Amino acid sequence: MERTTTVVVGAGHAGLAASHFLSERAIDHVVLERGDVANSWRRERWDSLRLLTPNWQSRLPGQPYDGSDPDGYMAMGEVVELIDRFAARTRAPVRTGTTVTSLRRTDDGYHVRTDQGEIACRTVVLASGACNRPSVPRLSEAVPGTVEQVTPFDYRGPDQLPDGGVLVVGASATGVQLAAELRRSGRPVILSTGEHVRMPRTYRGRDVLWWMDASGVWDQRHDEVPDLPRARRLGSPQLAGTPDRTSLDLNALTATGVELVGRSAAVRDGEMLFSGGLRAVVSLADLKMDRLLNTFDAWAATTGTDDEVKPAERFEPTRVPSATRLRLDLRGGEVATVVWATGFRPDYTWLDVPVVDEKGHLNHDGGVVLDSPGLYALGLPVLRRRKSTFIHGIEDDAREVVDHLSGHLARRH
Amino acid sequence: MTTIDGIDNGVNVQALLDAREALKGAPEAAQFTWRSTTRWENGVHSTTTVRNFFGLGAEQTHKAESTFTADHPEVFAAEDHGITPIEYLLVGLGSCLAAGVASVAQNRGIQLRSVEATLEGAHDIRGILGADSDVRNGFNGVKVTFNIDADASREDIEALVAQSQKRSAVFDALTNPTDVTVEVA
Ligand SMILES: Cc1cc2nc3c(=O)[nH]c(=O)nc-3n(C[C@H](O)[C@H](O)[C@H](O)COP(=O)(O)OP(=O)(O)OC[C@H]3O[C@@H](n4cnc5c(N)ncnc54)[C@H](O)[C@@H]3O)c2cc1C
Repeated sequence: MERTTTVVVGAGHAGLAASHFLSERAIDHVVLERGDVANSWRRERWDSLRLLTPNWQSRLPGQPYDGSDPDGYMAMGEVVELIDRFAARTRAPVRTGTTVTSLRRTDDGYHVRTDQGEIACRTVVLASGACNRPSVPRLSEAVPGTVEQVTPFDYRGPDQLPDGGVLVVGASATGVQLAAELRRSGRPVILSTGEHVRMPRTYRGRDVLWWMDASGVWDQRHDEVPDLPRARRLGSPQLAGTPDRTSLDLNALTATGVELVGRSAAVRDGEMLFSGGLRAVVSLADLKMDRLLNTFDAWAATTGTDDEVKPAERFEPTRVPSATRLRLDLRGGEVATVVWATGFRPDYTWLDVPVVDEKGHLNHDGGVVLDSPGLYALGLPVLRRRKSTFIHGIEDDAREVVDHLSGHLARRH
Repeated sequence: MTTIDGIDNGVNVQALLDAREALKGAPEAAQFTWRSTTRWENGVHSTTTVRNFFGLGAEQTHKAESTFTADHPEVFAAEDHGITPIEYLLVGLGSCLAAGVASVAQNRGIQLRSVEATLEGAHDIRGILGADSDVRNGFNGVKVTFNIDADASREDIEALVAQSQKRSAVFDALTNPTDVTVEVA
């Protein structure tokens, strides 16, 4: 059987960053990828998507952004090109078209089974992604068959949906972006909104993600975050990468005619029932945004950055209609499609090591998988820092995880 | 009693946090059943008693039995022995949110001096009278207004109130649909 020191599962930016640091330490490894490099960006995103992180943040270890539009936002083709370029520059030993079908513990490491053969290794880095499947709530099963249901994995663009109204469920980045695009296509759109993270696109003249980066919020470590499980569950911020750098919060959507309703709670007798708690989630999000902006202001004041940015500003509270709809007849024809923008989850069905909890989350401490020496993970929410799942967040995590992995190898031999 | 920096709202937050940790690994123990028994008296007057509940894997008993009288006011041609059933929903919501405010304040180190919630439930009674089939039986809306005196900024107080809704059993029960089964034994 083939032997190597380390197997990296997945050739997204996380697996490739792991490979970069493994090569730097001359640790023998292969990167196994079921599709092509940057597979998720090639096959699992909709047509109009652009990164919500600005170009200057699209940096990978040893590869800063060197284009001409640092404040712009990459389209999917550009992201694929970015990751392809990184793979080529680092000469990552990627085997594409190789699906890992099983991973088991052995006496001295792991046994990796793939559809192209088997590999024995001492350590494994799981970089197979945090968003392998759309997570769709159980209540979708009760939606009448006359209504089309799509997830962000099926969705490519408005043209593909039947004519008529759309209920978009979920108001994180995906939900607000799809609601805006579907509304622009002329469709009536209802947006079902649970807890969400509101952010302005720019604050005091700078991209809000510049503030996240500069003020150190994004660098906050997993062992400093007060409620880590909560931080790991948090949805993506209501942001979109559009050339005009406008905010895509609920007020912006309401202004285009999107109707807001509460969280989708149940389907009963063909009706979708919405929570009456919309006002509560909206005021929580407004308060949290203000708290974040206060953090930025305090940082600017103490670091003497005030002069380099525009004066502090605050944004209009989210407008909620005086009475929101509590029910929607799904059989009445008002809505032809339900879009489930209810988040994503990893797929560990191929992992034959008992390291996944009952909710499907990997048990790990900063990417060091618990109770399974030699097994590591990258690219999961707040893995080691708040920025862990973002492209620019991988460098610090990958370096530290590979440090740990290398220490593990040294201890054993 | 728990005190954080000398703050004391009378909530043992540590015990709650400990329970949260303990129950993470023991979901069975977290399964509670609350019970009440309603006895019809006469007319629209009834008496409800509450004493036992199930939780932490065992039968539990309140220190004392509580008794609640429900009736309807004289404008409903009733005798008004007690409040109307729907007003009990306001009782439940107000006390749940107030408890939440106190707990969150304790956890955040905010000393409360007074908390008062005023609740208003808008109710179109044509629904229950069957006078208009388009009018629902329940509340059209509930408004809660908090008056809070505490050592905290307005922003922090608003955050307390927001968080208390997020963790409120009754707020959830009122704002989200609940499966209710009614049977004849
Ligand atoms: C809709 C969306 C928008 C996002 N926008 C941004 C953004 O604007 N900015 C930003 O910084 N981040 C963004 N992210 C977050 C993050 O950058 C992406 O999720 C990114 O794809 C994560 O990279 P990764 O390498 O961890 O995982 P992936 O890119 O998902 O890579 C994992 C790889 O593993 C492969 N794989 C999985 N299972 C197996 C197996 N069993 N065998 C072999 N190969 C396997 C997959 O084919 C895939 O290529 C976004 C995420 C989503 C879902």
